[in-house]
Amino acid sequence: MIRFDRVSKRYPPGVDALSDLSFDVAEREMVVIGGHSGAGKSTLLKLIAAIEKSTGGAVLVGGQNVGGLSRSALPYLRRRIGMVFQDQKLLFDRNAFENVMLPLSIAGFPPREAAQRVRAALEKVGLANREKALPVMLSGGEQQRLAIARAVVNRPSMLLADEPTAHLDSETAADVARIFHEFHDVGVTVLIATYAGDLFPGARRLQLDHGKLVP
Amino acid sequence: MKVWLAHHQEAARLALRRLTAAPLNSLLSLLAIGVALALPAGGQMLLANALHLAGTTSAVPQISIFMAANAERRAATEIESRLTRYSGVKQVQFLPREDTLARMKANPGLRDVIEALPANPFPDAFVVTAKDDRPEAMEKLAVEFRQWPKVEHVQLDSSWVRRLDALLKLGRTAVMLLGALLGAGLIAISFSIIRMQMLTHRAEIEVSQLLGATDGFIQRPFLYYGLLLGLGGGIVAWLLVGGAALWLRTPLSELVRLYDLTLVLQTLDARDSALLLGFAAGLGWLGAMISMRQHLRQG
Ligand SMILES: Nc1ncnc2c1ncn2[C@@H]1O[C@H](COP(=O)(O)OP(=O)(O)OP(=O)(O)O)[C@@H](O)[C@H]1O
Ligand SMILES: [Mg+2]
Repeated sequence: MIRFDRVSKRYPPGVDALSDLSFDVAEREMVVIGGHSGAGKSTLLKLIAAIEKSTGGAVLVGGQNVGGLSRSALPYLRRRIGMVFQDQKLLFDRNAFENVMLPLSIAGFPPREAAQRVRAALEKVGLANREKALPVMLSGGEQQRLAIARAVVNRPSMLLADEPTAHLDSETAADVARIFHEFHDVGVTVLIATYAGDLFPGARRLQLDHGKLVP
Repeated sequence: MKVWLAHHQEAARLALRRLTAAPLNSLLSLLAIGVALALPAGGQMLLANALHLAGTTSAVPQISIFMAANAERRAATEIESRLTRYSGVKQVQFLPREDTLARMKANPGLRDVIEALPANPFPDAFVVTAKDDRPEAMEKLAVEFRQWPKVEHVQLDSSWVRRLDALLKLGRTAVMLLGALLGAGLIAISFSIIRMQMLTHRAEIEVSQLLGATDGFIQRPFLYYGLLLGLGGGIVAWLLVGGAALWLRTPLSELVRLYDLTLVLQTLDARDSALLLGFAAGLGWLGAMISMRQHLRQG
């Protein structure tokens, strides 16, 4: 499903975020990516969604070299991937319902079907009664769950999550972790970058240290 | 198809929401566009009215023949029969000097002056319509008539027709030039307003791109915004021109009545109105399009 083939990423001033990274993630696998702050976890996830491009090697998603995708092909890769961003990237002038609706509008879903899906996704993360709430009216944990609802509403075959349990108390973090397990159970490939690997028992572990895989 | 329509509707609604979210800002933008468009639109309105006026009054150029003041009626009768027989003449109207005097006396402003005169100052006159009303042919007839006995003065009124024609042509060119110039201005206004809009909605653009939005999807609400901006500006221009027409109607009617003409100033007709609104909306859209293209290319 995902293959990193001797991938390096150097950011412009000369920071080596990732160097000579090779691994495979199979379909329906659940993988936890660990490592210290600045180890390159976010960078790794961004390369998969082609938000950043590798400066060496190749990143393949479903056999496709995503670094070589044209500008017009990029949107279609991203629609197949659900992503929870480290900084969540919610739209603060839209309510919960509208935030979750966005990926469906983008993908061109008929409005009625889209509305049903949005409600189902909000229900799934326990925000069914907060449809009209603006993100600022939600607690940190609720915002985190809203970001997850938006990532899964399109029913992607692959879910990438960057620190989805940061700043959450242990109970809420466990709730959030359970949501990812549920998606994994129904066959979604899940990659999670986190310090809290303990929350995901049974997941395969990749440990990063200064941009390199710890064997 | 229905889905496609729903998404356009959604984008248009979003654009409208943004336009009404900052009402004062939007109002001032619309006013700026409206005033800019009102100039060529107003020019077109005046032009259409002038064309109408020209059409109702001077469609047929005529030649006026004035007899000498001392000519007797017999001389006039002689000229009349010559004119009726003359091959190039289509129609002759005889204006006896008594009738002219009576008509002029009917004008209260002139009555006192005329009554103070010792004798009728007006000569017998003819108004001739030619078969061939091209300026050269008319000129030839005039030269001929001037040589007839007791004819004092021959006046060709095709010259003012030609002058009016040239003036209208000039007016049309001016309106077009003004339209092009202010149209470019409208594109520039729309361009910079959309640019600011994009800065305001930067987060939304970025997130949409991360979620797999195409450039087309991202552009759509901004294009509608530009279109609505142009359309709104067009409506403002239309109202300004209509208001000006109403306001000028009475004084202008009085002015042209002095020239024995009648004119009820009309605002833009349906075709010109549709043209104005379409032009405005199209240019607003175009400005937004250029702005978006430039922004997305950079990003
Ligand atoms: N856009 C960027 N430009 C320059 N350097 C960057 C950029 N993004 C990340 N880096 C650098 O690349 C390295 C890896 O960053 P990355 O965000 O992938 O780490 P991380 O493992 O996600 O850290 P954290 O746990 O703090 O989120 C860091 O040294 C960081 O400073
Ligand atoms: Mg990170």
